[in-house]
Amino acid sequence: MANAWRWFHQLGSPKYLFQKTGQWLPWIWGATLILLAVGLYYSLWASPIEVRQGQGHTVRIMYVHVPAAALSMIGYIAMAIAATVGLVWKMKMAFAVVRSIAPVGAAMTFLALFTGSVWGKPTWGTWWEWDARMTSELLLLFLYLGYIALHASFSDRSKADKAGAILAIVGVINIPIIYFSVKWWNTLHQGYSITEKGALNPAFQTPLFLMLAGIYLLFAALVLMRLRAEIVLRNQKSRWVIEWASGKTLERGES
Amino acid sequence: MILTLLKRELKVARRNWIGLAIPLLFFIIVVSLFPFAVSPEAPVLQQLAPGVIWVAALLAMLLSLEQFYRSDYQDGSLEQLLLMSSPTSVAISKILAHWLLTGLPLVVLSPLLGVLMQINHGVEHSAHTWVLMLSLVLGTPTLCLLGAVGMSLTLAASRNGLLVSILIIPLYVPVLIFGASTVTASLENMRYNGELAILGAFLLIAIVFAPFASGRALKISVG
Repeated sequence: MANAWRWFHQLGSPKYLFQKTGQWLPWIWGATLILLAVGLYYSLWASPIEVRQGQGHTVRIMYVHVPAAALSMIGYIAMAIAATVGLVWKMKMAFAVVRSIAPVGAAMTFLALFTGSVWGKPTWGTWWEWDARMTSELLLLFLYLGYIALHASFSDRSKADKAGAILAIVGVINIPIIYFSVKWWNTLHQGYSITEKGALNPAFQTPLFLMLAGIYLLFAALVLMRLRAEIVLRNQKSRWVIEWASGKTLERGES
Repeated sequence: MILTLLKRELKVARRNWIGLAIPLLFFIIVVSLFPFAVSPEAPVLQQLAPGVIWVAALLAMLLSLEQFYRSDYQDGSLEQLLLMSSPTSVAISKILAHWLLTGLPLVVLSPLLGVLMQINHGVEHSAHTWVLMLSLVLGTPTLCLLGAVGMSLTLAASRNGLLVSILIIPLYVPVLIFGASTVTASLENMRYNGELAILGAFLLIAIVFAPFASGRALKISVG
């Protein structure tokens, strides 16, 4: 327990976090590329087509759509957790994490909406429907964009961080609404199929789970890269950043 | 303490009553555009009424937010208020004043708009008007509470006027959906107490969390 707390506090040090993420990134990128390569092979070639859905091949869109939609929600939850950590323990690096997640999460939300729309045209016969889940996903996109806009509107970074953190926490109320929307309102979007037994044909499971894992890791890799840029930006005046930028290797230790 | 703060808010607002009248005028004018733009026929207007009146009320609430926070922030009195009492009670007094001076007048004016939008077309009684007022009574305080959070967050930001709308409108959507659908249900002679109950639930949740969040945000903006 004491060790876990020590590790948690060490993560608050920009230099430590920068070094650690630098060590993790190559592994995460490696795993991401392998998983995505195998996952794409399965989802584009080695999986059956779904005969009930119009043109059959449209089912392949699901392998991007489901992970993107899952990450759009998980990304926001992660933002809210990091925001809480930042406000409660006054940990500045937590705010850097919130800010790093926002654009990636917004991109995932957009991707989920876009792929859903492209899939919906041949299957449901419409690009857009004001269905509960789509509407709340659209609101999620607005929440992400609102956070980005709010953060960009302050000249004082610490105010921007704190105000953004409060917005992230307030907006988290939308997440359960999205998640349960297909259960609460019986509208167009289909219900749960992954967690409910027998709803998903095993042939579709392999590519879906590979893509889920791959896109989760891709999300992590992108967020960590943004986080590193954010750390350098925020500490551009400290000695270790200047040394790092001038090509010296970093020695171990806390900033 | 909250009562003293509330009295202050009301006194400040009384000396700037024109600023309070403008959002109400806006509320009426926006609604009166629809007969020109869509159709002056009663059945059409009646069908549009719940949505149009609710959207106009929502925008009027957004417009009126500014004056309860902005000038206090700019002339430094907000800082003094925060030194004097807890941020949460400052937030509560502002939310209460905002509702009493904008939300309540909107509720009072809504029957007039109901008439303009032919809400009671084809029926002898005026039950739809009462449902409209009831939905606004339960919904507008939630709009005040959420608006307070957004306004407090953006006080210190640049280009804040539009920013607050972008932040807050997504959070207003659930209230709008259930507010307007309460009235629609009544127009279709269906039961509407479920929608009203959900509006009440939103209000209770907002009462618990919003004053605290708004107080924190006020402190961040000033500090």
